[in-house]
Amino acid sequence: MNGKSLLILGFLLLLCACSRHPESDYEAEPSWKAPPDEQKDLALEVPPPPFSEGIFPCSECHKDLETNPNRRKLEDAHDDIVLTHDEEHRWCLDCHDAQDRDKLHLASGAKISFEESYKLCGQCHGDKYRDWRFGVHGRRTGLWNGKKGYLLCAHCHNPHQPHFKPIKPLPPPVRPEVSHGR
Amino acid sequence: MADEGKTRREFLAATGAVAAVGLLSSCLDERLKDVSKEELKSRIAEMEAGYRQKYGKEVKVSDAEPLPGVAFAYALDLSRCVGCRRCTYACREENNISRDGQLFWIRVLEMEKRKGVDFAHANAYYDAEKVPRDGHFYVPVSCQQCDNPPCTKVCPVKATWKEPDGIVTVDYDWCIGCRYCMAACSYGARHFNWKEPELKPEEINGTTHVLGNRPRPKGVVEKCTFCIQRTRAGRYPACVEVCPVGARKFGNLLDPSSEIRYIIEHKRVLILKEELNTMPRFLYFYGT
Repeated sequence: MNGKSLLILGFLLLLCACSRHPESDYEAEPSWKAPPDEQKDLALEVPPPPFSEGIFPCSECHKDLETNPNRRKLEDAHDDIVLTHDEEHRWCLDCHDAQDRDKLHLASGAKISFEESYKLCGQCHGDKYRDWRFGVHGRRTGLWNGKKGYLLCAHCHNPHQPHFKPIKPLPPPVRPEVSHGR
Repeated sequence: MADEGKTRREFLAATGAVAAVGLLSSCLDERLKDVSKEELKSRIAEMEAGYRQKYGKEVKVSDAEPLPGVAFAYALDLSRCVGCRRCTYACREENNISRDGQLFWIRVLEMEKRKGVDFAHANAYYDAEKVPRDGHFYVPVSCQQCDNPPCTKVCPVKATWKEPDGIVTVDYDWCIGCRYCMAACSYGARHFNWKEPELKPEEINGTTHVLGNRPRPKGVVEKCTFCIQRTRAGRYPACVEVCPVGARKFGNLLDPSSEIRYIIEHKRVLILKEELNTMPRFLYFYGT
């Protein structure tokens, strides 16, 4: 290799070094990374949605009914449902799809099945949704180092009244002084 | 006179011999931690035979070792816990705890919101119609699995130790029941069997671990082991699975993708009595 070709090689190397994007050195790791399952865009395995008995498929009854898109108090059916979930701003058809009665829809209009209802909840409750994907919000079963059991939001929260209701606690421990007398 | 001297010499020689034999045999005996694999297997076979005889039921005793690269940690969401005590009873069933009603490895403390985390005014005996009660919050306390455990240091016979995966365990066969460890524990997490544990054969969980939930005798100290029989097999502790509000989280501290690491990196985390430098592997956090 003569001096001239060495010079050209050196020049090319210099060119390569300069052509690197100047900002690429400063790209920090993002502070938040998608959980592994979301990175792979895998659907989460969840148990079937907790439908009231005989309620699904909705189209069973609704196929013959004309859709009334007006907000109103329901009287003929579903009158047991009390909505206390931002009820000022929403009602049935904001989540339930009017065209395909067996589906829900997102704000984008995209239809989703009841099995994916967590996507619907996640539209507003993004922080909870993220925690849930990571296994930090909600109950987990299964293996801590393997396959985990997830639950849908609706398994614990009634979607129409999501606030938890107080529950009866199990009995307190027996005080030592009480049982000494036994 | 001469007779008396001879008797005394004989007596001393005899007692000396007895003491020497006793000392020798106690030296030959070893803690579960120290015995060879074969010896452990034979002791476990003895235990299983003992349980079969005592309860008329098959009790499987595992000697599963710590998993390499695993350091267990636990996190409990104080903003979610409602104080329902489902965990305490699930723990009792899973871990073959006496059904006398006094002994629980988890104690749920009710505290007043206006006082904050305040052990002096905490109440473990609250009996409410419904929980959570207004103005109160709940702090379940069980063994904090300290990285720097005071309880193991005070044991005069070294019957309790920290395993490589972070679980603080008790050798029930070596424990002499002095309860020094209970005095040393800052969390009230160790419990003593004052009487023979009340345990009916049908109540026994037959899946046990030699350092965990195998039925204990009267007169020994016991405590939470992060459900060693489950967690060393990859499962979640019983309390994690039963919690109706999902307040309990468990995982491997050394795995960057574990729930525990996510909580430490993203949530406000609290350690009970942090100033004592016990370095608990049990964290409390606020999930909201």
